Amino acid sequence: MERNQMHTQVANTRKSLFDQGYLDDQFIQLEELQDSSNPNFVEEVVTLYYRDSARFLSNLDQALEKRPLDFSKLDNLMHQFKGSSTSIGAKKVKTECTHFRNYCSARNAEGCKRTFQNVKKEYTTLRKKLEAYFQMSRQVGPVETACQAR
Amino acid sequence: MMPSSSGGSWKSSGAGDGGVPDQFPAGLRVLVVDDDPTCLMILEKMLRHCNYEVTKCNRAEVALSFLRENKNGFDVVISDVHMPDMDGFKLLEHIGLEMDLPVIMMSADDSKSVVMKGVTHGACDYLIKPVRIEALRNIWQHVVRKRKHEWKDFEPSASADEQKPPEEPDYSSSANEGHNWKSTKRRKDEEDEAEEKDDSSSLKKPRVVWSVELHQQFVAAVNQLGIDKAVPKKILELMNVPGLTRENVASHLQKYRLYLRRLSGSPLPGGMNAGFMGGPDAGYGSMSSLNGLDLQALAASGQLGQLQPQSLATLQAVALGRSNNSKSAIPVPVIDQRNIFSFENPKSRYSEVQSQHLNNSSNNSSKQINLLPGIPTNMEPKQFVSLQQSGQHSFGSMNHQVLIQMGGQSQTQSQNQVQSNTNAHHGLRQPVLSNDMLTRGGVVDVSTTVYNPVVSVSQASSLVDFSMNHKTDSSGSSYPLGGSLGIPNVRATSSALQGDGNLDTKVSGRRIVPSYDVFNDLNQNREWGLQAVGLTFDQSPHSIQVGLDASSPLLLQHNRSSVSEMGGQNRILASGKVIFSPEVEARTHHNGSNVGQQRNTYVKTESHTDGSFHNTLYSEQYGQDDLLAAIMKQQQQGVGQPENEFGFDGNALDDLPV
Repeated sequence: MERNQMHTQVANTRKSLFDQGYLDDQFIQLEELQDSSNPNFVEEVVTLYYRDSARFLSNLDQALEKRPLDFSKLDNLMHQFKGSSTSIGAKKVKTECTHFRNYCSARNAEGCKRTFQNVKKEYTTLRKKLEAYFQMSRQVGPVETACQAR
Repeated sequence: MMPSSSGGSWKSSGAGDGGVPDQFPAGLRVLVVDDDPTCLMILEKMLRHCNYEVTKCNRAEVALSFLRENKNGFDVVISDVHMPDMDGFKLLEHIGLEMDLPVIMMSADDSKSVVMKGVTHGACDYLIKPVRIEALRNIWQHVVRKRKHEWKDFEPSASADEQKPPEEPDYSSSANEGHNWKSTKRRKDEEDEAEEKDDSSSLKKPRVVWSVELHQQFVAAVNQLGIDKAVPKKILELMNVPGLTRENVASHLQKYRLYLRRLSGSPLPGGMNAGFMGGPDAGYGSMSSLNGLDLQALAASGQLGQLQPQSLATLQAVALGRSNNSKSAIPVPVIDQRNIFSFENPKSRYSEVQSQHLNNSSNNSSKQINLLPGIPTNMEPKQFVSLQQSGQHSFGSMNHQVLIQMGGQSQTQSQNQVQSNTNAHHGLRQPVLSNDMLTRGGVVDVSTTVYNPVVSVSQASSLVDFSMNHKTDSSGSSYPLGGSLGIPNVRATSSALQGDGNLDTKVSGRRIVPSYDVFNDLNQNREWGLQAVGLTFDQSPHSIQVGLDASSPLLLQHNRSSVSEMGGQNRILASGKVIFSPEVEARTHHNGSNVGQQRNTYVKTESHTDGSFHNTLYSEQYGQDDLLAAIMKQQQQGVGQPENEFGFDGNALDDLPV
């Protein structure tokens, strides 16, 4: 019973992540790649993403401190960060990245800084949500998660 | 990461004998290059889900070294466009030139310009990130398509006899060896016949190898006519090269135009010239691309300066689209030429190696060798000889290398052989070559025949690498057949050599294992052990001769634009050892009788140094491949002549988008 409830909870949590736009179809692609030989694949990828992308954020932070702003460098950094975020299906993060890049092209320093704050916010929010989700999933067992994948 | 598939060609797991393996395209060996670890991890998983063998790599240089060390180790490469250590397009060029593997680009950037760039650089496909697994499932089509094209190029006219279709199944479906063998045999027989007839004329339609010398002639003819007015027929007449057909010229012209277009379209900053031996900044925008890296590289090495400024200038001019040979237009080149040549030694390690080699080998030719990867430079006879000597039968592999030169050039039967090699070179099955080889009789005893499915000249470069890796065995023919050779010719050779006896045995013994990669043989060859691949030139110069130096330019098929060639070339030069295709070696056996052959084979310098320099070379050179090509030509004059810059094989680039 409890287990079922947990399953349901996990399923609901997952669903809400999609409904609220935190995750997109790419995340589902990752879930589909998860199998018995690699039952924590999605979590591993997300963990790797957060670990690796941290450097982009710190580089962007530093680059935004410089005066004058090097927009092409900013754009370059953001492009890479965006690519990474897209690959795990981080939808909101990706959207904010796009806004940032638009401001970069327009050479709008204020816009860049502002959107960058949004990027970081979405990035952090998603991380928390995913961590909670994974933890919950682990409790109910990988199989369940896999089932929910589709 | 080490390449997962060291085993060689992709063989369909279940196929045994018969035809297309059920699992096809399972087992496709993919090399994924992306600096983003998240993407890399995801791609790897997706590819594994497609039942492909995946090797991941987060640096382009490492990827290149993987590829060079395992010439035949991969079937397809997927690479990201934006990478910190090397531009994805550069990598693409390198791979295309050296290994002629299908390369798929990917990026989150879906802007038309970037996608177009992928197309012009020769990418087989362009995937937009995030990549879905469905998109990856079908990448095998690019491998098959490429093989098919190569096959066709290889012997378009060929001899009706063989005709190819029987071969095709081999690679596409990793036909079992029995099948291959049969085809090979058939091909050989047919070839033999054809050989007999064509013996003197040669060109059975072997793949024309555009050696540096030949390319120079081509460029001179084009300049003379004016780039706008240059038509294949007239160029052919001006060049007056026996055995060269209008089709060869037409296809080469097409590639050349493409090359020029690319040069003028994407000029590198002129500042690069500065690096060049300190020569004056060329200042020409378009030229910069040429000068840019190459010059620098060249300057760095400072060795090989054989390029003649003029020729370089000319080349550049041509590249720029100017028909005139205004040398003045390209001030830098002049200087660069020297540098360019030394380009081979661009990187510290490389340069050291090279200089060593170069110095040691004391052949200028060696330097020249391979500015263009895979382009056999005309090695001095001595080297060649040594190759042969050592050859043991590693020639087999060598044969592959031989890019069959234009029939006209080599006068002797070797030509035939070579031609067949050429075919093989394309990665066609060996049969083509083998036939030739057989005809040659006595040819080489390519017992080792390691076939490296060298599809294109680029393979040549792989050869070089190969040699590096493998130390020459006592026999001297430590021809690194191993997968890296990737020279299909080799395989063919072995089969061809059947007459020889050694080969036959080997070949048959090999049993062409069906592999996704047509060049299954390669794998097989590897088993044989790269025999003495390292052609040691130390052998007394005897018959090998030269063919290399001989008038017949070594034809290197260079599928891609010069870039890769350059890279490859460098490598080759560095090693200073020329690896003669097996044919050549085989020839040596016969001492002198085969000399003619040698021409066909292209000498690949064996780089004994570690492959490390390869990487270096490439990264640097690529920017300049064009330039390098030009230089190579120049070099020819001075040195052994690296194979033509474009390295195109007349047929190879046929499918290049013009």
